[in-house]
Amino acid sequence: MRYLVRKLGFYLSALWIAITLNFIIPRLMPGNPADTLFASFQGRMSPQQLVALKASLGFTSGNVAQQYVTYLWNIAHLNLGLSYSHFPVPVSTVIADDLPWTLLLVGLSVVISAVLGTLLGIIAAWTHGSKFDSLLPPILLFLLSFPAFWISLFFVYIFGLNLHWFPTAHAYAIDQNISLNWTFIGSVLYHAFLPASVVVIITLGGWVLGMRNNMISTLAEDFITMAQAKGLSEKRVMLMYAARNAILPQVTSFALTLAFIVSGQVLVESVFSYPGVGYDLVQAATLNDYPLLQGLLLIIVVAVLIANFVTDLIYVRLDPRVRQEA
Amino acid sequence: MPALLEVDDLVVDYLTPTGRVRAVDHVSFSIEPGEIIGLAGESGCGKSTTAHAILRILRPPAQISGGRVLFKGRDLVQMDERQLREYRWNHISIVFQSAMNSLNPVLSVGDQFVDMIRAHVHSSKSDARERAMNLLQLVGIDRTRIRSFPHELSGGMRQRVVIAMALALQPEIVVMDEPTTALDVVVQREILQQIEELQQEFKFAVLFITHDLSLLVEFSDRIGVMYAGELVEFAPASRLFREPKHPYTVGLMNSFPPLAGERLTIQGIGGAPPNLANPPSGCRFHPRCSHCTPSNPALYALQTRVKPELQLVGENHTVACHLYGDGRER
Repeated sequence: MRYLVRKLGFYLSALWIAITLNFIIPRLMPGNPADTLFASFQGRMSPQQLVALKASLGFTSGNVAQQYVTYLWNIAHLNLGLSYSHFPVPVSTVIADDLPWTLLLVGLSVVISAVLGTLLGIIAAWTHGSKFDSLLPPILLFLLSFPAFWISLFFVYIFGLNLHWFPTAHAYAIDQNISLNWTFIGSVLYHAFLPASVVVIITLGGWVLGMRNNMISTLAEDFITMAQAKGLSEKRVMLMYAARNAILPQVTSFALTLAFIVSGQVLVESVFSYPGVGYDLVQAATLNDYPLLQGLLLIIVVAVLIANFVTDLIYVRLDPRVRQEA
Repeated sequence: MPALLEVDDLVVDYLTPTGRVRAVDHVSFSIEPGEIIGLAGESGCGKSTTAHAILRILRPPAQISGGRVLFKGRDLVQMDERQLREYRWNHISIVFQSAMNSLNPVLSVGDQFVDMIRAHVHSSKSDARERAMNLLQLVGIDRTRIRSFPHELSGGMRQRVVIAMALALQPEIVVMDEPTTALDVVVQREILQQIEELQQEFKFAVLFITHDLSLLVEFSDRIGVMYAGELVEFAPASRLFREPKHPYTVGLMNSFPPLAGERLTIQGIGGAPPNLANPPSGCRFHPRCSHCTPSNPALYALQTRVKPELQLVGENHTVACHLYGDGRER
């Protein structure tokens, strides 16, 4: 319990630091947000309107300290300002609309990739030196070395434009309304298939190689030999003695990846015009949409911290050695 | 009556990219029921490899290339995986040199007892736990420690746990592969006494492997000395202590200072163990042997060219050395 409280304290202070950096960094970037917005109205806005606009964006009082207090106050109320690029939609609405799509697309494919990759890694290590084990890593490394955007473009070109097997953009068919029926779910899965495949292909190698290498070094441990000498079944030695120990670093990697799920696979979402937060991130950066950018960074930071906290909890369950330090 | 375990002409090779390395070279010995056999030698002489071969737990690139290991007349080398699983631990168990690493760090002590017991005996989980607690008590560890994880135990306790585990199914033979090497001297002594007491109570045979010959002398019935993959001397412990024959055995004996008595200069053995990928010709010990000099040309030629065979030099005492007997090829 004390362990939990201490961890929670650590994560709260980390959150505060992140929020503060999130406040400072966009203000160091070149370009003035209000002017950008002003320019986008192409002179149809009077200077008085510009002042009013700045006021609504929290840029009124030049004093940085006051801005900071307002900023904290707004965050506490989940008031992240208005998006410039989606003006006048609030940032929180933009994120709330797009985050589920990223969680669905990237989340699902990362989970598939991690589970499948870890299993393949276990098998490869257990059959170390076999044909399977000697062929799999080079193939995966080969796939791993392709950039995500290249595979995405390739898939769009072959399976979308040439063969017309899969759609090339969006999360669901335009004639559908968001609802919970099988036609809609089918449409969503159909649209997610290509981008999800890309994410699986480019991330699978890491999981397989990571697990395989951990497991090979675990297999050299005395307790594995001892387990065999004890006359345990192959399956038990493989899973409870070897894999159970080798999986610990994978859990850490998975936590780190969970955080990246929230930022989306920026390139994949861009190529497939998938309406997730990765797509938003690119737009926000190119259009100087500071409030959206800040909102997204905030969400990413919170996700990283939550993911780490959850990993800590899982780790305590999986590794008794960590439990003792608690 | 046939021997409990008979190692007959055992050959173990490591298949390395540069060729075969013969780690165990035609080794033969036998173990009688309830007997304590010691196997001594420097690091890399093949003593641990022999022990692992007996349990068939060698890992590639090591493999048994020849010979037989007969347990009550059944050849283990020919057994399939299923038969082996039945034989392991039921009839022969092993205590590894590093108790630190021979327990699975993420499973509790109890779980590691239970899975082993249930792999061999038809029993419920709670019965197996009860049995495990009795075993812990037997080696002087509190019954509640069944819930502990390996990292919560001291080195000595861990080694006791492993010993309790080795005795769980009352095997006929327990292989002890340097069971006290990783422990400090005081704990070493306690553990050895415990092993001795348990051995007297349960009458299991022990194959005790160590580089510490002085320890074996007081502890075991018969001792084999290995050098560079070969058995060079085999004798009853008291005989080996009184009159070691092989110059290598003599060297090992002189490597340990007596605790009481005069100050002595430790002689030890010069040089290093040979490279097994390319062992010396003739007697493998000849480059390090003080009895091997060109001053006696006939003997020198023999020592450097002809491999000595094990020959009887006394009651149950065999030695492979050209200094004894006729030294001629048989």
